[in-house]
Amino acid sequence: MSDHVIDIEHLSRSFGKTQALQDVSLRVPRGGVYGLIGSNGAGKTTLIKHILGSHYAQGGSVSVFGLDPVTDPVGVLGRIGYMSEDRDIPAWMRVQEIIGFTRSFYPAWDTGYAAELLELFELDPKQKIQCLSRGQAARVCLLLALSHRPELLVLDEPSSGLDPVIRRDILTAIVKTTSDDGRTVLFSSHLLDEVERLADRVAILHEGRILLDQPLETIFESFHRVTLHFEDAQLEAPGLEGAIQSQGNGRDWTYVYCGEKEQLTQAAKGLRAQIVAQGPLSLDDIFVCHVQRS
Amino acid sequence: MQIHIQTQGGVPIYVQVMQQIKYLVASGRLQPGDELPSIRTLAEQLIVNPNTIARAYRELESAGVVEKRRTAGTYVAETGSPLARKERLKLLNQRIDQLLVEAFQMGFELDEVLKLVQQSQLNSQQTKKGQPRHE
Repeated sequence: MSDHVIDIEHLSRSFGKTQALQDVSLRVPRGGVYGLIGSNGAGKTTLIKHILGSHYAQGGSVSVFGLDPVTDPVGVLGRIGYMSEDRDIPAWMRVQEIIGFTRSFYPAWDTGYAAELLELFELDPKQKIQCLSRGQAARVCLLLALSHRPELLVLDEPSSGLDPVIRRDILTAIVKTTSDDGRTVLFSSHLLDEVERLADRVAILHEGRILLDQPLETIFESFHRVTLHFEDAQLEAPGLEGAIQSQGNGRDWTYVYCGEKEQLTQAAKGLRAQIVAQGPLSLDDIFVCHVQRS
Repeated sequence: MQIHIQTQGGVPIYVQVMQQIKYLVASGRLQPGDELPSIRTLAEQLIVNPNTIARAYRELESAGVVEKRRTAGTYVAETGSPLARKERLKLLNQRIDQLLVEAFQMGFELDEVLKLVQQSQLNSQQTKKGQPRHE
C-alpha cells in the first residue's frame, strides 16, 4: 500500500469564472496530523470535497487510499470519518436515530465506542437534533465521524463558531485518533493555535494555490524575524537575499527571513549591516506574511 | 507534573516541554526515579500532537535528563545531579543575560547592577517575602 493516504496531483477546479483550485498538489502521509490553513474562500472546503469524491477533478487527479473517490465512493468513504463546519444532520431525527442511520453505512461501526462517546459527550439519545444546541450538534457530528474508527479523519473547520469546551473535545479527539498507530487526520482551520498544537505538517492554501507545504518543525526552523542595523539611514529596505518581508525606517529594518542562519550572517555582512535582533516567528506571522506577499 | 504550553510565541512546543521538564528536574520538583506521564497521557492533557511529546522525551533522553526503562516508562535519570547543576547554571545564565542586556540598554553599569542585585536580596531577607520565583 502507498505511504500516502491522500495523493493529489495538479488538481484544478473552477466554478464558472471562479478558479477555486489551481494546480494543487498535496500528499498526506499515513499517520500523523495534517493541518490545512487558509483564509475564508481560500479553497479549503473545495479541496476537501474532492477528497470525499463530492467533486470530480477537472484537471489533475485525486487518489485516496490509492482509490478514486469519485468512482469508488464505497471503498473510500467507508474508511473516512468526516465532519464539516455546517454540521448538516437531519433536524427531525433523534440522536439515536441518526446514530442508527449512520451506522448502517459503516460495516466497521463500533457500537461500544459509539455508546462510550455518547456518554462522554453527555448526549441524550432521545433528543431531537433540532432541539440541540450548536455545541451538542457538533458533538453528535463528531461521534458520527469517530464511531467507525476511521483510518482517515477529515475535519473541515471543525471548531468554527464553537465554545472552548467543545473545541477541546474536538481537539482531544484528534489527539486520540493520532495516538492510535497508522491513523491519519486532515483538518482545516484558521485557528492557528490549534494547528500549531496538533499538526505534524502544514499546508497554506491561498486563493486556490498551495503557498507552503512543510513539516511544522521545518517551518519554525526556517523562518526568523531579524532586525538589521545599517551604518547610514536608508530610505527603503535594502534588498536582503532570503527576506520575504521588510519594514522599518532609518537605520533599523526588520525582515522576515527564510533560510539558514549562516547565510543570513553572510548576507548581512554583504550589506554592511549588523544583526541587532533575531527571534522566532509565530505561525500567525508566517501565515500573514505568505498571504500578503502572494 | 505541571506543564503549560503557549502557542503564538514562536517557540516550538517540543522545546517548551523540554525546557519545563528540565526546569522541574533542576529545581528538584521532579526527583531522580520519578516517572513521567506516558506520551499519550501528556499529549491528551496538553492537547498537543503525541509526536511532539515523543520528540521532547527523545531529546531529554539523549541529554541524559530522563531514561527509558524496559517497562516502557520514562523516568527522571538517576545520574541527575551533576547535570542538574549544569542545567541550573544554564537557566540562570539565560536570565542574567536578559537582565544585563536590559540594564545596559537603560544605561546602567555592571557594578550598579551588582549593587542592585545585592540590595534586592537584602530587601527580600528583611521583609521575608522573598518567594522563590520561576519563569
